[in-house]
Amino acid sequence: MTKVTMTVNGKTVSADTEGRTLLSSFLRDGLGMTGTHIGCDTSQCGACLVHVDGKAVKSCSVFAQEVAGAQVRTIEGMANADGSLSVIQQAFQDHHGLQCGFCTPGMVMSAAALLAENPKPTEHEVRHYLEGNLCRCTGYHNIVKAVLAASGQDVSGLGVAAE
Amino acid sequence: MPKDGGIGASTKRREDMRFLTGKGRYTDDINIRGQVHAHFLRSDVAHGRINGIDLSAAEAMPGVLRILTAADFAAVGGIPCGWQVTDRHGQVMQEPKHPVLADGKVRHVGDPIAMIIAETYEQARDAAEAVLVDITELTPVLDMKAALAEGAVKVHDDLTSNLCYDWGFVEENKAAVDAAFAKAAHVTTLELVNNRLVANPMEPRVAVGDFESHSDQYTLYTTSQNPHVIRLLMGAFVLGIPEHKLRVVAPDVGGGFGSKIYHYAEEAAVTFAARLVGRPVKWTSSRSEAFISDAHGRDHVTKIELALDDENNFTALRTDTYANMGAYLSTFAPSIPTWLHGTLMAGNYKTPLIYVNVKAVFTNTVPVDAYRGAGRPEATFQLERLVDKAARELGVDPVDLRRQNFITPDMFPYQTPVAVVYDTGNYQATMDKLLEISDHAGFEARRAESATRGKLRGFGIAHYIEACGIAPSNLVGQLGARAGLYESATVRVNATGSISVYTGSHSHGQGHETSFAQVVAEMIGIDANQIDIVHGDTSNTPMGMGTYGSRSLAVGGSAIVKATNKIINKAKKIAAHLLEASEADIELKDGKFAVAGTDKSVDWAGVTLAAYVPHNYPLESLEPGLEETAFYDPSNFTYPSGAYGCEVEVDPDTGKVQVLSFAAADDFGNIVNPMIVEGQVQGGLAQGIGQALLENCAYDGNGQLLSGSFMDYAMPRADDLPMFTVDHSCITPCTHNPLGVKGCGEAGAIGSPPAVVNAVIDALQRAGHAHVTHIDMPVTPARVWAAMNG
Repeated sequence: MTKVTMTVNGKTVSADTEGRTLLSSFLRDGLGMTGTHIGCDTSQCGACLVHVDGKAVKSCSVFAQEVAGAQVRTIEGMANADGSLSVIQQAFQDHHGLQCGFCTPGMVMSAAALLAENPKPTEHEVRHYLEGNLCRCTGYHNIVKAVLAASGQDVSGLGVAAE
Repeated sequence: MPKDGGIGASTKRREDMRFLTGKGRYTDDINIRGQVHAHFLRSDVAHGRINGIDLSAAEAMPGVLRILTAADFAAVGGIPCGWQVTDRHGQVMQEPKHPVLADGKVRHVGDPIAMIIAETYEQARDAAEAVLVDITELTPVLDMKAALAEGAVKVHDDLTSNLCYDWGFVEENKAAVDAAFAKAAHVTTLELVNNRLVANPMEPRVAVGDFESHSDQYTLYTTSQNPHVIRLLMGAFVLGIPEHKLRVVAPDVGGGFGSKIYHYAEEAAVTFAARLVGRPVKWTSSRSEAFISDAHGRDHVTKIELALDDENNFTALRTDTYANMGAYLSTFAPSIPTWLHGTLMAGNYKTPLIYVNVKAVFTNTVPVDAYRGAGRPEATFQLERLVDKAARELGVDPVDLRRQNFITPDMFPYQTPVAVVYDTGNYQATMDKLLEISDHAGFEARRAESATRGKLRGFGIAHYIEACGIAPSNLVGQLGARAGLYESATVRVNATGSISVYTGSHSHGQGHETSFAQVVAEMIGIDANQIDIVHGDTSNTPMGMGTYGSRSLAVGGSAIVKATNKIINKAKKIAAHLLEASEADIELKDGKFAVAGTDKSVDWAGVTLAAYVPHNYPLESLEPGLEETAFYDPSNFTYPSGAYGCEVEVDPDTGKVQVLSFAAADDFGNIVNPMIVEGQVQGGLAQGIGQALLENCAYDGNGQLLSGSFMDYAMPRADDLPMFTVDHSCITPCTHNPLGVKGCGEAGAIGSPPAVVNAVIDALQRAGHAHVTHIDMPVTPARVWAAMNG
């Protein structure tokens, strides 16, 4: 067991880990932060996506010890300081971009990383960027709409019947 | 405009707040003090005889507390099946024993052999590697037709064959159907495969068992769509625990799509083991494990034939299906290819004579059960592909051939030749709406534009009907169900007027906490935020049958309406007393009880307070309190229907199909929350398009699952799909439930696969590949290319 220390959502945290402990398990089991979800075992689904030093990382694809000392941000750290939803979170609610909620933490973190890199993405760019985040409920329609809306773009014409 | 929070409003979902902030509480988020972890060692061969299991090395591994095998479960029951089908010869189906852990034989890759319980999850997994299982491999039974051949290897040695049942429906019609075929002017025939799928909700299954010795109380936390059903099946049939000593909790559940209806062995195993080891026992499925232990869906091999007269009227339909049951009978497996499939073979058409034969077959594969749509996608796919093929053979427009044979609005209620009675619908209207919203008139111009880029564009159409709101209990009882299919609600009004609604319908993405509150808010006329919806815990909700078959609003919602009406009736009595008026003169409007024609009124909170502080109260004739329970048993199924249109582009060089647009015009009856309804359809469409183009559960010749992870099983991703055009403005309200609702959860997955495949065939035929009349799903680039160049 090795004690690993990192900063998660602005707080310094540490927990004992085995060498094989993944960041996802460190967050969930070590710190009890269960907002980060585990939906697969092949780094395909993206439910565990967090930010490590500002970059989108599937937390099941790195060992906790690899990111010792890093700045990690999870879904629990996404709301505004007063507890209200951030722009991206609010857009997901406004546009019904979630149903069962299980993929949602990873989806929100992924969307946030996209908008940090590319503040006004096209629909195609959103779909391409979110390709590594699986959702089984929404058919992605409203997720894409929410991300475009969060970027300040007009989404009122998307998916509406042709006039 | 409907009032926000009332019926008809796209009220934002209240459950989103916890899901968007990481505060959802899913089963894997539950950790009980003292908890230990279980891992299941599963068979890596499809069929084999267990000669012995050597646990000695594993038991000595660090952290290992106990390892259980079949012998430890000798005194408990097997996993029960909830539906008994009687076949065309009057014989009940063959029903093999399904032990909690493999007993003597393993029958599919993934069959659990041993349960390793250790202090940590990692220790349990490590120890599993040290368990030595001596297995003699047997020839696996995989192909359904070969499985039924004389002398075939048997999956279950104690059954007479691999045939579960040979179902004929309606058997008495068979001769008349055959006679109609003999004199048909035209017969269209189609042979197809409905590909096996894995539901893959994003949350893998989890079960945590707990036992409190001081009270003899068991608790199971599980990822279930129907906690009461699990309590009944596991308590009564497997472990022999009476209901009052067993609590089943399904907290936030991350999607189900059918796969979380069933009672699984792992649930019984952790509950049983919790008592044995005296510690809470937790099992969390990995995704790879889910692929070989969650019930799969579909997997039909079908030949279907349509007879037409010389004016293109459908005169008879005949279908012959082999349905894969897998190695054991999952909870509702026998009902899917029969009562949820054969009864829908009329589709939207007035075909007078129909005969359906289904042979259900045991194979050495994972058990197959309901997956989103359950039987109805299989019925719709074969019928709508067949009608399309007939139109092309006859040289008529597929839209026109459908319209000519539609059941017309004046024919409702319509008795089909396959037992069910459609209460209402208007299929011409949904077809009209589809052609409008898909800009069908502009298709030729778009096709010409695609052609300039060397792409083949096609338009495919499908019209579906489904039976939802399952179902009248006395009817399903006659059909072999071993359960009732009512739903329940308790409406508990608190002293200050806030309300807790306890419902038997579980919500795992459907948004019940929002839409059910809208129903109650509308009925009473109070703010929806005063109403909480409580579900998922057998200790506080009345016995409910759960969420599946698009039944929650139609059946569960009706129970809530019934209970709320009881509340309103009692509240009116209290109001009449307070206002010194006759009960008959009391009107409820906008949360106020008023004496008709006067300005005398008392508000909702005034009445609720009087109910709990009954100082001025008619105690001699009325009990204090304001809490009512209702059970609602539907008198018929509901029949959502709709027209779906898909436009694709095929790349002739690679065979790759791209869905450019998809339009859905549904008739769901009345709508409570349009935003939620649209979301349900969009999600269903993605699953249906996934089935049509991407997803396939592939076994090799040894019974190994080749598509056993997200690396290999092609789940639809964001960049595989277009934006959807979804319309639900065609409304024929359901005639037999109080809300006039039909259900919307499965439609998207039912109507879309044939629309997609019809579009691909349309693209190829328009491009001169007239010989391509069918391609099996998933319509992969390789299959398309081979069809074009074959």
